[in-house]
Amino acid sequence: MTTAVAAAGVGTATRAGVEIRLENLRRRYGAVTALDGLTLTLAPGELVALLGPSGCGKTTALRLLAGLEEADGGRVVIGGHDVTGLPANKRDTGMVFQAYSLFPHMTAWENVAFGLQMRKIGAADRRRRAIETLELVGLGGFANRYAHQMSGGQQQRVALARALAIRPKVLLLDEPLSALDAKVRVRLRDEIRRVQLDVGITTLFVTHDQEEALAIADRVGVMQSGRLEQVGPPTTIYSRPATPFVAEFVGLTNRLPGIVRGGQVEVRGTSLPLVQPDAADGAAVALVRPEAVTFASDNETAAGPLVGTVIAVAFLGATSRVTVDLGDITVLAQLATSEAAAHPAGTRVRLALRPDAVLIARETTGATSA
Amino acid sequence: MTVIERPLVETVRRPLRGGTRLATPQWIAAAPFFLYVGIFLLLPTAIVAGGAFIDGKGLSLSNFATMNQRFVINAFINSVVLSAISAIIGAVFGALLAYAVATGNPNGVFRRLVSSACGVLAQFGGVTLAFAFIATLGSAGLITLWLQQHGMRIYANGVWLYQLRGLVLVYTYFQIPLMVLVFLPALDGIRPQWREATESLGGGTWHYWRYVAGPLLAPAFLGSTLLLFANAFSAYATAAALINQGSIVASLLIANTLTSEVGLANPGIASALALVMVVIVAIVMVLYTVLQRRTARWLQ
Repeated sequence: MTTAVAAAGVGTATRAGVEIRLENLRRRYGAVTALDGLTLTLAPGELVALLGPSGCGKTTALRLLAGLEEADGGRVVIGGHDVTGLPANKRDTGMVFQAYSLFPHMTAWENVAFGLQMRKIGAADRRRRAIETLELVGLGGFANRYAHQMSGGQQQRVALARALAIRPKVLLLDEPLSALDAKVRVRLRDEIRRVQLDVGITTLFVTHDQEEALAIADRVGVMQSGRLEQVGPPTTIYSRPATPFVAEFVGLTNRLPGIVRGGQVEVRGTSLPLVQPDAADGAAVALVRPEAVTFASDNETAAGPLVGTVIAVAFLGATSRVTVDLGDITVLAQLATSEAAAHPAGTRVRLALRPDAVLIARETTGATSA
Repeated sequence: MTVIERPLVETVRRPLRGGTRLATPQWIAAAPFFLYVGIFLLLPTAIVAGGAFIDGKGLSLSNFATMNQRFVINAFINSVVLSAISAIIGAVFGALLAYAVATGNPNGVFRRLVSSACGVLAQFGGVTLAFAFIATLGSAGLITLWLQQHGMRIYANGVWLYQLRGLVLVYTYFQIPLMVLVFLPALDGIRPQWREATESLGGGTWHYWRYVAGPLLAPAFLGSTLLLFANAFSAYATAAALINQGSIVASLLIANTLTSEVGLANPGIASALALVMVVIVAIVMVLYTVLQRRTARWLQ
């Protein structure tokens, strides 16, 4: 595959990624604020995933970077050049859309060659480079197929090849996996990452699927209401969320009522350190990951604040998710499957909370988020 | 040991003739339609086709000898010219209107208004349409008189409304709405991602229309134009209501040959002329179908 990359001229040997800066971008649609001062820098060759619920502004950010929409304010800088005022066809970006973006009257190689044709590259070179780029995405044998003769996953790979063939400075991926079934999605996700690393192109990946974002990105930016809530490596986003929104949007979270006192939060008889140690004392809701909930080693199931009954065990493979009813609240615990299997539904158990630093929210509702 | 005497799963009864079930509800529901088509389309076509090859002495090609007479050639040329011009005008203006509709709000008033109006106007032909034009643009029509009062004499060189030019104008009235109806689905099939993909790949508006939207829409546009051509070519009632004398188009010539008031009626010749029309329309419709198939594959 490396040979194909080098041959296609899109490998790290021939090009390096450029830095991208989105500076204080603002965009409104009537009364709705889609982007509210977004600032984000992508390092050369980095893959950043923008993650968030529908309407959070992630696609708007990508479209402003692509030049498909105009910002109300702010700047877009690609490779040190301010491109804010440039139209999409002058920005040197390659884009993969959600779906159905291949030109249906062109074969796979003609689709891939289209951008080269726009750059006035000769017919023979166009075809050669298109075939090479198709080989890069593993579709060398599909060059003469039309979109309707390929599966959704193959079409998206052709779309990726088409975006890469023009050797853009930036690769933009607008939820390219959302229309695919789960198995294909995982395979293509890994394929995109492999190609992106091979080519070394700076990439912005927009998705609403947290698993996708955490699996593929160097850094993840979580967005809400047109603003970035947190940007960081996937492990940081998951294990050290900066805001309650990030904690609840990324992964599962137990919302356990507690009392903040002296830089700690006391939850059902257990004192946990705080991510925000300067939080004011008072009632709060501790956001506790299921992985931080374990079975107590002493197996003492007499009455206690963390004693309850297992009501469901969901098998996830190496781990299982156990739902425990504590009487006034249900709690999720993620455990090794072998351990979970020893506590089937109906078993009385005593839980323990691992003393990881937790985030608190100030709402007083005590339901479990799942 | 248990002996299973019956199969655990009963197989479905074998369909008749290689998988086709004849007495399905679909066929029963469609039977009146096929009966109607058989009686009023296929049977008359067969009668026309048969009649074209029969004269007073039996099987013959003599009825087609009329085809080389000047007035017949002129009538067919006029029909082709009328159909082609009204189809092209209808196609161009209809496509522009359809484009305006397709690029507007899909739930907007404009789309609903134009779609509804076109649905009605595309069927608004015959005597009613002819009367509407006579009442407004006839020699004593409302608009004609109003224009005269303002110094504009549209009939200074003769009343062209009752000539070929007039027919073009009147036919355009139902050709444009028909074009909107048949071309709009193709325009709706154009995805906004294709324009954006063109732009992100370095192309502009010209490239988009030249390499993407143009080739994608061309079969639908040509197919729709052919449909309009066939629509005008086979039209009779509007021309008959507007033109009292002469047989300037083929459909009028056939009618006059079939029911001559001066004793010159010749059903055999009328059948031959009608058969030629049927063949022309059939060729056009086959081309239309081929183009529609391509459109459907690309723009679903």
